[in-house]
Amino acid sequence: MARDRTVLSVRGVSKRFGGLVAVSDMSFDVKEHQVMGLIGPNGSGKTTMMNLISGALRLSSGQISLQGSRISGLPAQEINRRGVARTFQLVRVLPTLSVFDNVIAGCAFGHRRRWGRDAEDHAHDILERVGLEAVALAPVSSLTYIDQKRLELARALASDPEILLLDEWLAGLNPTELQTGIELIKDLRADGRTIILVEHVMDAIRSLCDACVVMNSGAKIAEGSPGEVLADAEVIRAYLGDDDA
Amino acid sequence: MDILITGLLLGGTYSLIAMGLNLQYGVARIMNLANGEMLVIGAFAAFWVFTAGQISPILSIVVVAPLAFLLNWLIYRFMLLPLVRRAKSAGQLEVDSILATFGLAFVFVGIMIATFGGEYFTYSYLAEPFVILGETYALNRVVAFVLAAIMCGLLYLWLNKSRPGMAVRAVAVNPESSGLVGINVSRVSAFAFGLGGAVTAVGGTLISTFLTMDASIGVLFTMKALIIVIMGGVGDVRGVIVASLILGLAETAVASLIDPGLTLAAAYFMFILILLFRPQGLFGRRSS
Amino acid sequence: MNGNELRNILLAAAGLGLAALLPLTGSGYLLSLGVTVAMYTVLATSWALFSGPTHYISLATGAFYGLGTYVVAVGIDTLPYPVLLLIAFVAGGVAAGLVGLATLRLSGVYFVIFTLGLAEMIRQLVTWVQNNWGSHRGLYVLTDITEEIIYWELLAAAALVYLVGWWINRSRLGFALRIIGNDEVVAAHCGINTARSKVLLFMVSGSVAALVGGLLAPRWTYIEPAIAFSAMLSFQVVIMALLGGASRLWGPLVGVIPFTLLWEVISGHFPNQTTLLLGVAFLLIVYVIPNGILGRLEQLYRAAREGAG
Repeated sequence: MARDRTVLSVRGVSKRFGGLVAVSDMSFDVKEHQVMGLIGPNGSGKTTMMNLISGALRLSSGQISLQGSRISGLPAQEINRRGVARTFQLVRVLPTLSVFDNVIAGCAFGHRRRWGRDAEDHAHDILERVGLEAVALAPVSSLTYIDQKRLELARALASDPEILLLDEWLAGLNPTELQTGIELIKDLRADGRTIILVEHVMDAIRSLCDACVVMNSGAKIAEGSPGEVLADAEVIRAYLGDDDA
Repeated sequence: MDILITGLLLGGTYSLIAMGLNLQYGVARIMNLANGEMLVIGAFAAFWVFTAGQISPILSIVVVAPLAFLLNWLIYRFMLLPLVRRAKSAGQLEVDSILATFGLAFVFVGIMIATFGGEYFTYSYLAEPFVILGETYALNRVVAFVLAAIMCGLLYLWLNKSRPGMAVRAVAVNPESSGLVGINVSRVSAFAFGLGGAVTAVGGTLISTFLTMDASIGVLFTMKALIIVIMGGVGDVRGVIVASLILGLAETAVASLIDPGLTLAAAYFMFILILLFRPQGLFGRRSS
Repeated sequence: MNGNELRNILLAAAGLGLAALLPLTGSGYLLSLGVTVAMYTVLATSWALFSGPTHYISLATGAFYGLGTYVVAVGIDTLPYPVLLLIAFVAGGVAAGLVGLATLRLSGVYFVIFTLGLAEMIRQLVTWVQNNWGSHRGLYVLTDITEEIIYWELLAAAALVYLVGWWINRSRLGFALRIIGNDEVVAAHCGINTARSKVLLFMVSGSVAALVGGLLAPRWTYIEPAIAFSAMLSFQVVIMALLGGASRLWGPLVGVIPFTLLWEVISGHFPNQTTLLLGVAFLLIVYVIPNGILGRLEQLYRAAREGAG
């Protein structure tokens, strides 16, 4: 498998809110079929970085490109159509639609558009993939927390994205659910999906990620394999504070 | 020069009305579309007290303000708070409160028409000439402006220097965090809503000294106050004052240079400019 | 098209056919009531096409309606009536498009406020133009179009709106609007051009309102700004649509009929109390039947079924 094609490239990206610098001069690449972990302590700017990639926020400076063409500065819907799909840190399902229609929502307008029979077949496949086929016609309000998270993942997958952004997708799950969740992402990885994970769960990072970028106070402080970065002195200091270092 | 001063005098009184709406929208998070009716009620009260007992409208403020406060506090507590509590999302609360306050506005207008009829009402108070820089203005406009300016100033000081004022500002910035630091958010919201209503009603009392009003004119003032608040930026006292003065000037200029029938069109023109170029308000920072 | 949809279409066609027989009763009062009901049905249904799924409360109906009335009034001596209706339809769409482009990128509050004063603002402008450049205040619309014809035209417009609504509900545009009504951020991240979808559907609603204004113009014979641009009309339409239930295509109809009848009675016997009626109706909708009569019926139906099963 060729592992060298760059899918997403982030170059010198910064984001300022008034005087506060949330993301400062970030640069990294995500290769095809790679699962990349974006990690760092709370408030280090990971979610802001995700919002910049997906177009939920506009960058103050720098450039983000998807397969060589610039996506930064485009509106969110255009970025989605180019092939970036995401889940949200606080789960966001569409409450008045059925589970099935939530997935159709992901099919109908995004990267690979499907509508009518084609979309319905595709939605059934994806619901089966994430294990929600049995509740396809249920209202969203009847879903458990992990099922809502699965549904969000299904919606994001439905447009066949070039790159999938999972923002703390495993957060808030109990230990059993966590195992199910990790297995699900492993399956996606086996399918050859390109993924960026923002994650706090260290087990998940170790077992899922091919590479990691560590952020602290908005800036990149380390990059490499999970084993390398988690042993890095500066990373440990960032997580535990100066006193312990 | 004449336009400039007349515009500023009018704008000063507008700022008091918009300040009232801003307290209600910025702090209690309720877009109160019955705000203009509260103004008409304040004007009506002044008119009634003046014609019945020859009592100065300025004195009637002492009665109008607490009554309006009470009325608005009750409205918030018993009509709007239940909506806040049942709303599943900010969007739903927005729709509910818009519909509920519209309903309230129509009920107020309906009651006023039923009890006083739909005629114009006007009275003559301090309709004497007053000279500023060689030009003559009606004394009642000047007095209204001065009182509005004093009240805006007091409100500003209270918000920025006192403890309860700080609680109000905290809720305006972030209701969730305010709850965490021990502020009773629904009590502060109810207070701000009541205060906003009182401020608007007093604005109505002042305006009634120089403008002819009728029972159904409230919605026009609601529009103006809304445009001012959006122009100035929600929760931004300084912005609201500047926006009021701009609107007062624009209206006066259009009325005297083009046609007095086009004041709303003038307000809309400002509104469109703001929507297209500075939707975050004059001094607001562009967020996300 | 499945069996259920076929049944609904047949039912709707039968209902329209039956309604079309109303002029045969020969009662002028019934016909005039019929025109009012048909007019509000078209207006409220087209209002709900946009505001139902998105929850953006539009108060611009009166403005677009007045625009349509004025297009017909201004051109009636020079152009054939059907051409004027077409112009009204297009003008309504363009006006709605402009309003939408200015406000629908922003939050719902801006939209409500902007549409709230729109009819009044246009009235001021039209009055000003007429005072300065027109020969007289009002305009005469003298045609041989009878009330029966207006009534049938409105029924045809209703059929058109129902067809368009049915088609939109099945289309990706309608689906996009439902997603936007749920969560605009998610909608954008699903690849939906949210602003464009909203503006498009708002234009449909504006076109229809202007068309209805044009259809009703011959009923007035004499038109002046205060008659054509009525803010009250916008509020009545909102109330009727929400009273019936804006989430279903035929929901507004359920609100139009009782409210029109009630309005007739109140304005006939207590002309000073119509404003109060509007207010009470708004409060009733918010506090008692937030999902409309239809929503309440569905709720009762579900409860009954669960009770039985």
